[in-house]
Amino acid sequence: MADGQGILVIGELAGSELALVTREALSAARSLSGALGGEPVSLVIAGADLGDAPQQGISAGADTVYTVVSPVLEGTPPDAVVAVAERAAQVASPRYVIGSKTLLGRDVLPRVAFRLGTALAQDCATLEVDSQQRLVATRPVYGGSAIAKVACLQTPAVAALRPKSVEPLEPDASRIGEIKTLDIQLDDSVVKARVVDRTERPSEGIRLEDAKVVVSGGRGLGGPEGFEPLKDLASLIGGAVGASRAVCDAGWLPSSYQVGLTGKTVTPDLYIAVGISGASQHMAGCSSARAIVAINKDAGANIFKEARFGVVGDWQKVLPAFIDQLHELLQ
Amino acid sequence: MPLRIVVTAKQVIDPETPASAFRIDPQALQVLPPASVPPVVNGFDEQAIEAALQIKDAAPDTNVTVLSIGASFAMDVMKKPLAMGADELVLVQDDALVNSPDPSVAVHVLAAAIRKLGDVDLVLCGRQASDWDNAQVPLGLAEKLGLAVTTIAKRVAVENGIARIERVLPDGSETVEITLPALVTVSNELGQARYPTLRGIMAAGRKAPTIWSVADVGLDMSSLTPGLELVGLALPESGAACEFIEGEDDADAGRKLALKLREAKLV
Ligand SMILES: Cc1cc2nc3c(=O)[nH]c(=O)nc-3n(C[C@H](O)[C@H](O)[C@H](O)COP(=O)(O)OP(=O)(O)OC[C@H]3O[C@@H](n4cnc5c(N)ncnc54)[C@H](O)[C@@H]3O)c2cc1C
Ligand SMILES: Nc1ncnc2c1ncn2[C@@H]1O[C@H](COP(=O)(O)O)[C@@H](O)[C@H]1O
Repeated sequence: MADGQGILVIGELAGSELALVTREALSAARSLSGALGGEPVSLVIAGADLGDAPQQGISAGADTVYTVVSPVLEGTPPDAVVAVAERAAQVASPRYVIGSKTLLGRDVLPRVAFRLGTALAQDCATLEVDSQQRLVATRPVYGGSAIAKVACLQTPAVAALRPKSVEPLEPDASRIGEIKTLDIQLDDSVVKARVVDRTERPSEGIRLEDAKVVVSGGRGLGGPEGFEPLKDLASLIGGAVGASRAVCDAGWLPSSYQVGLTGKTVTPDLYIAVGISGASQHMAGCSSARAIVAINKDAGANIFKEARFGVVGDWQKVLPAFIDQLHELLQ
Repeated sequence: MPLRIVVTAKQVIDPETPASAFRIDPQALQVLPPASVPPVVNGFDEQAIEAALQIKDAAPDTNVTVLSIGASFAMDVMKKPLAMGADELVLVQDDALVNSPDPSVAVHVLAAAIRKLGDVDLVLCGRQASDWDNAQVPLGLAEKLGLAVTTIAKRVAVENGIARIERVLPDGSETVEITLPALVTVSNELGQARYPTLRGIMAAGRKAPTIWSVADVGLDMSSLTPGLELVGLALPESGAACEFIEGEDDADAGRKLALKLREAKLV
């Protein structure tokens, strides 16, 4: 597959809609296509039911959509999606393959890259084409303490785009594209890791990932009781509660609350961090917030380096007065 | 047949190194190991070792071999898994194994070393190494060795040749079953790894690690083509300059903060 052409996006579904992350990946692919003099963008989507997603893929930037519908794809087991993506790469023979660094993408994309005999540029914040038409990506490394720029040396280059780093294109229903069924036989034997039980605990109230305001607490809160005023604050200003890994590791809150490199990425307008030191791995999940506000008793805490407003003090004294004053202002 | 488990473990710069001690050489494209902070076993790998030892607790004839590859090792650091209770430590040490964001070299060398170890039932890895945060080596290794794989485990149990894995999902968890041989990556949700006991430390002191070169595992470095090239390395730009809100006391500062956020139309 030495001389690839075009860009293949490995798509994902959100229910029976095209996932937002895939619209972002298509948008990135269109920019790359532009830099390559208009090479075609294709998309592969696979599931037990695709709904209107193939058409949405075209509106979002794809020229060709390869579809696979099979009961084997119920719950999108990574083993089956890897097989689909590998097949799509054989058929489309692309120069670049772009996916998203999501729960599914993390399991699928490295395997696809290894099957294609190349390596994956992981967790890319930006993607561009260099003068030799190599795919070049910037990505955080060392928990976000440094930013690396990596060039992909082999074809096809495979990259995992970090969610929310590219704006999706405005859907354009007048775009023209082709929908094709991907030629692949899938049967149950492809799925080696079988899901036998799943417990989803959807968050109460606003989802962390979607919240416009996030109030997060860290080890400095001293225990699960410390989160009571944080919950009050969140409901007062219409936000969601988040936490540092230290809090989840200690069992004060379930891991679904964790913000950061290995937790959730949040992009609120306002991120209030209470008793959080601001380790790079935590900031990796919240540094795209429009404004960070920190309450921490240590003036040297790293969180203040990225905060717009800060109070150096004991949260037990700062927070109640802060909440009372907000109450008054918001009456 | 007793179970044979291989746990991969990487020596990394301590991720708790304070930001002020984190240095890079932007010309040489290298992260400089902080002089005052010793390296550690990657945290998720310690949890993978813990997962293996829990399986061994239930089936004491299980063999747990810890495998690491790298250019140089701090022996006291790398011996910690032995002190925790692992049976063997195998180190593939070679100047050519420089740390790089390209996972393919590590995949090839680890795969060759695991093949040399013989029949392995279960490979446990950390979910990612806290240096390049790649989360790729295990998946590549599974492809290379033809093993079934699942990731981000918070519990791993083995019974009758089947691994039962509880995985962490963003909003819940799921249970996955895989017929051995298999590869599983482990996350911090598994819980704090056990501390070495005094007896463990003494026993580890008597065990010598097996040290192989790349040639010993039957590989020729020049035949490994890199997939990625590092072309830039920089420190992130620091964010906004913080405006500190002060008051007569902490409570007053809290009140003023509320007023400030209102003024800035943030609430
Ligand atoms: C590979 C890897 C991945 C990681 N992923 C994540 C991740 O996804 N998310 C994450 O959060 N972390 C992650 N971490 C962990 C991260 O490095 C930090 O250890 C963690 O974020 C620290 O949590 P913390 O700020 O709550 O605790 P600490 O660092 O202990 O900070 C507590 C803070 O509270 C302040 N404080 C104490 N008492 C008070 C008081 N009374 N009033 C006000 N302030 C007070 C202290 O000054 C201190 O700054 C990861 C680490 C690694 C190695
Ligand atoms: N040099 C290495 N030696 C041993 N294990 C490694 C090495 N590199 C990666 N691994 C394993 O693969 C996991 C993921 O690494 P990475 O893909 O580099 O993030 C780590 O947690 C280790 O278990």
